[in-house]
Order: sequence, then C-alpha cells, then structure tokens
Amino acid sequence: MSTPVPKDPPARQDTAGPGRDGTAGPGRDGTAGLGRDDVAHLARLARLALSDEELDHFAGQLSAVLDAVAQVGKADVADVPPTTHAVPLTDVTRPDVVAPSLPRDVVLAQAPAAEDDRFRVPQILGEEE
Amino acid sequence: MELTNEDAAELGRRLAAGELSSVELTRAHLDRIAARDDVLGAFLHVDAEAALARAAEVDAARAAGEELGPLAGLPVALKDVVVTEGVPTTSGSRILEGWRPPYDATVAARLKDAGTVLLGKTNMDEFAMGSSTENSAYRTARNPWDPDRVPGGSSGGSSAAVAGGLAPWALGTDTGGSIRQPAAVTGLVGHKPTYGSVSRYGLIAFSSSLDQAGPMARTVLDAAVLHEAIGGHDRRDSTSIDAPVPPLAQAATEGARGELSGLRVGIVRELGGAGHTDGYEDGVLARVREAVALLEGMGAEVREVSCPSFDLALAAYYLIAPSEASSNLARFDGVRHGLRVGDDGSRDLDTVMSLTREEGFGPEVKRRIILGTYALSAGYYEAYYGQAQKVRTLIGRDFSAAFADVDVLVSPTSPTVAWPIGARVDDPLAMYAADLCTLPASLAGLPAISVPCGLSEGLPVGFQVMAPALADDRCYRVAAAVEAALDAARGHRLLDELAQRAPSGAPA
Repeated sequence: MSTPVPKDPPARQDTAGPGRDGTAGPGRDGTAGLGRDDVAHLARLARLALSDEELDHFAGQLSAVLDAVAQVGKADVADVPPTTHAVPLTDVTRPDVVAPSLPRDVVLAQAPAAEDDRFRVPQILGEEE
Repeated sequence: MELTNEDAAELGRRLAAGELSSVELTRAHLDRIAARDDVLGAFLHVDAEAALARAAEVDAARAAGEELGPLAGLPVALKDVVVTEGVPTTSGSRILEGWRPPYDATVAARLKDAGTVLLGKTNMDEFAMGSSTENSAYRTARNPWDPDRVPGGSSGGSSAAVAGGLAPWALGTDTGGSIRQPAAVTGLVGHKPTYGSVSRYGLIAFSSSLDQAGPMARTVLDAAVLHEAIGGHDRRDSTSIDAPVPPLAQAATEGARGELSGLRVGIVRELGGAGHTDGYEDGVLARVREAVALLEGMGAEVREVSCPSFDLALAAYYLIAPSEASSNLARFDGVRHGLRVGDDGSRDLDTVMSLTREEGFGPEVKRRIILGTYALSAGYYEAYYGQAQKVRTLIGRDFSAAFADVDVLVSPTSPTVAWPIGARVDDPLAMYAADLCTLPASLAGLPAISVPCGLSEGLPVGFQVMAPALADDRCYRVAAAVEAALDAARGHRLLDELAQRAPSGAPA
C-alpha cells in the first residue's frame, strides 16, 4: 500500500468552486486536486468555519486523499447499477400505533438554549426584515 | 486467574452458581479502571456509584430467587457512540460534550434488560472516524500490549478496556473495520455482524449504509454470547432485517471441537496474497499462513480466490463513508443539543452554526465533511459518489462469485500490527491503509470476525473470517476452531501472555 505524502495544493484559482466546472471529472484525467479556494467554498457549503491555517493544511491533505479515491474512476462500470445499501429493503412499514414521545422538559434540558418550552435559536432573518 | 482477566462465560457461571457477587466483580473492574485507565485512556465516562448500585440490585434479585438471564450481573462497557439514557454520550466529540441523551439505543436497552452492569462509555475516534483512537477529542487511548502504541480504532477504548482487564467485554461499532481492526491489534475477538442484523437505533450515525454494532471479547464464545444478546430485528430501525439470529454460541462451541472436514475456505489473493503484499508486514502474513495451515489440518479444503474489485475498496469506501457522514453530521447545528458557539444576539443562525461546527469538530471530521461535500456536489457526483456506488456493486459481485465456490473467505484483519502513537496522525492516507482488509466486507454488508492468530514482533495479529450475509455463525465456527487449536498448542490464551508481561496495576 503506497502512502503518498500530501503535496502542495495546485493553483486552481480559475476553476475554484466545485460544481462550477462540470466537466473537470477528477479521476478521469488525473488532475484531481483541491485548492485553498475550493476547500473554503466547500466549508461554506457545509457551514464549517475554518481558520487560514486549517485551509492551508486541509487543501494539501485533501488533494492527496482525492488523488487516491479518484482510483474508483479506473473501474469498468458500464451497465453496473449502483449499490446504495447492502440490504435491499423497500417499503418498510410498522403498525401505526401511538406511543409517547420523549418528555419535552427532558429534551429541552439538553438544548443549548430554550425559552417558553421551545428551542431558542439565533436570529434567522436580519434585523431590518 | 484474576477476575479481571477471566472470560465472561466463566464469570457468568460463577455468578449463577453464587460463588461470586456482581458487586464484587464490578468493584474488581472499577479498581482496575482506577489503577490503569490513567495510562490506557480507555474510558470517557465511568460512574462507579451507578455501576455498584446496579450490581447490588442484580445481587438482591438473585438472592430473592428471581429467575435471571445468563448475563445478569456481568459488567460491560459501551463505545461512546451508543446512546445511553441519562449517561453522558459524546461520540468522542466536543460538539456533544455534556450531553445526556433522553433515551437508550436498542443495543444498550437489550443489555440493560439482560441484567448487565454498565461500567462506562469507552473512548473512540471522533464520530468513529479513524483507525487509532487518536482522533478522540478527549484523550488518546493506548494499547495494553505496549502503551506507546495505538489500540486501533475507532473502537480503541473498547479494545484497550477489554485487553487491559478494565471490562470483561464491550460493544464496538464497525463502519469500515472499527471493531475488527482494534480487536486484531490488541489480541481480542471482534465481530462485525451482517449489516441490518443488529439494530442501529440509538447509534450516533457516521455512515448509515455501513454502521453496525458488534461484540469485542476475550474469546470467540464470549463474543457470540454478547452478539446474541444484542442481535435480532428491531422495528425502530427501518434497515433491520426481520430474520432470526443464527445460534452463534452453539456455532462457537461446535467450532472449538476442530472438526472442519468439508469446509471450503478461500484465501483472498487481493488481501495480502501474491502480488498484493505491499504494505503488509511479513510477520502478519506468516501468522495468517499458519492459521490457514491449521484450518487445513482440521479438514478444511483451502483454495485461493481472486476478488479483483477489492483493490478499489479503499477508494470506494473513502468516498461513500465521507459522503454519508457529511450528510449525517449536518444535524450537529447547535440548535437542539450539544455545543453552541458565538450566540451573542447579534450573529445569525448560519454564522453561529459555522462557529459551533468549527469549534466542535476535530480535523479528521472536518476533512471528511469537506471531502463528502465535494463528492456529492453537482458536477462531481457521478465521477465520485456515483462511481463509488458502482464499485460497491462490483465488490458485492466478487463476494457472490467467491461464495459460489467456498463457505468462508479469510485474510489478515489488518496489514500491520499496532503502530506507534503519532506515526500516522498527519498522513490521512497512511491511517486509512489500516482498513485495507476490513473494507470489502463492510461495503458488501457481510459478517466478518477477527480472531487472534499469534504475535509478530511481540504484538497481536488478527485473522479475518468473512461469510455470506446472515451466515455469521460460520465466522464464529471457524474463528473458534482457530482459537481452540492455537490455545491448545500454546497451553493458554494469547491474552494470558499480556498478563504475564504487564503485572496488574503496574505503571506502563
């Protein structure tokens, strides 16, 4: 098993932002790599604030990981259906019986913030809206 | 033999016979935890008072003549990914620090109903992402065989606890090898059940199409007994298979007789065979060859089998698991439970969420969320996630073809023995390579067991036995045969060599 060393992130400023360049097809042309801007964009999508240091670090590491996982592109999968699940179960139902829910006060006691028997959340709309 | 080194089966017998009380047994383990866990880092939470109170209840019930099950009074440890009512549960993450769940996972409830005594919650890689337990947000767990080495992962707290005498047995969870690999590198038996045969209700989800809970124990029989206690259909898990668990303890007992004539065993070439030995240690391959020879000696027909798609299992797994994880971990948003950061009244929900997740998640979790988000994003989905799912189909087909000719497949459990703490922390790919042999069965949802097959350079080596879906009993049968033959040859269990090496209570 080879253990590639993380390499410097390639400069890909022009195509930063996965999904914008739908033809890149990493794994096909061996140009897989995540630049710093790519990682920042993905982190924003995932609601994950990252420090500058983390961005630098992850870009290198994830490029190496991406190169490795891009090997799936080598498989000949013409006419092969995807497996989403090892157990092909469909339409699983159970009797529609009323059962007690978790006690509200017990659940709310574990919330970061609660008010008037509800979860209290940070503002969703801006002040002016 | 000391209580803390004994098999659970023997401890259960003594409890039932009245030779031993649960309080006495529980106290012995709590004393051992107090003496050794500073070094081993096996537990994230121990509640000695609650454990002793529970043990006293079981003892009182027994004294009152109540009919008790075979597990009543036996202590057990649960990986901290298992949700336990009122007992802190973190999944090894800061984002859940201090959370006391309002309900029990099905596996926890079943063990509680069986009369077991919960010693505590074991350390793990954060959200079960890792192969060394170094990704725990709380502390590094250590290998009882050599505290400067990892106990494997992600169920490394459970492996350290059971190998180190801190618990007679424990539950782990296995997504890509997280029961089998830590069992292998600590000299334990660990089994990943057929996907869907043990309930996932109340397991904090990592990769839902792969996660399974299972037993980690000192003997094959103990693992089988613990598996039987947690297995079977659960209507609260919609992926639960509505089929009976085959008799596993019976399979272990029968297997230990060493009569395997007619059993067809396939050695997987792609997992350490000719042309596929890169990254495998010679000592590991030698022990595995010896175990195969033992099987032949007991009458098994052995042949080599090729499963070419297994070469892509690592790549497929490290797309599928991070993709599912990026989706599953979206629930940690700082709203309903766990950490919330930066909610000063001026920041909006998105900002608070991002700050919470930045502070609450460790580096490996962040890496996988980013990778998964990438693999699922428009324009890349087909090339990565879609392609990985098709490779998953090919791996399943390779298994099906192989099982047309053989009853079980065997391989090393892990390419190497336990490695030094810190050696792989900054090289994710080197860490991922530890899962090379365990990933195929995970992706195909098949049962697989790891049983100790000796030492290499003084450290335990695991032998993996894989079987078709719902044929978990074959894993136990073959593993028990290997265990019995090796125990007979050396005159004691492999773990007994650890007890001789590290006198109880001695600092590492």
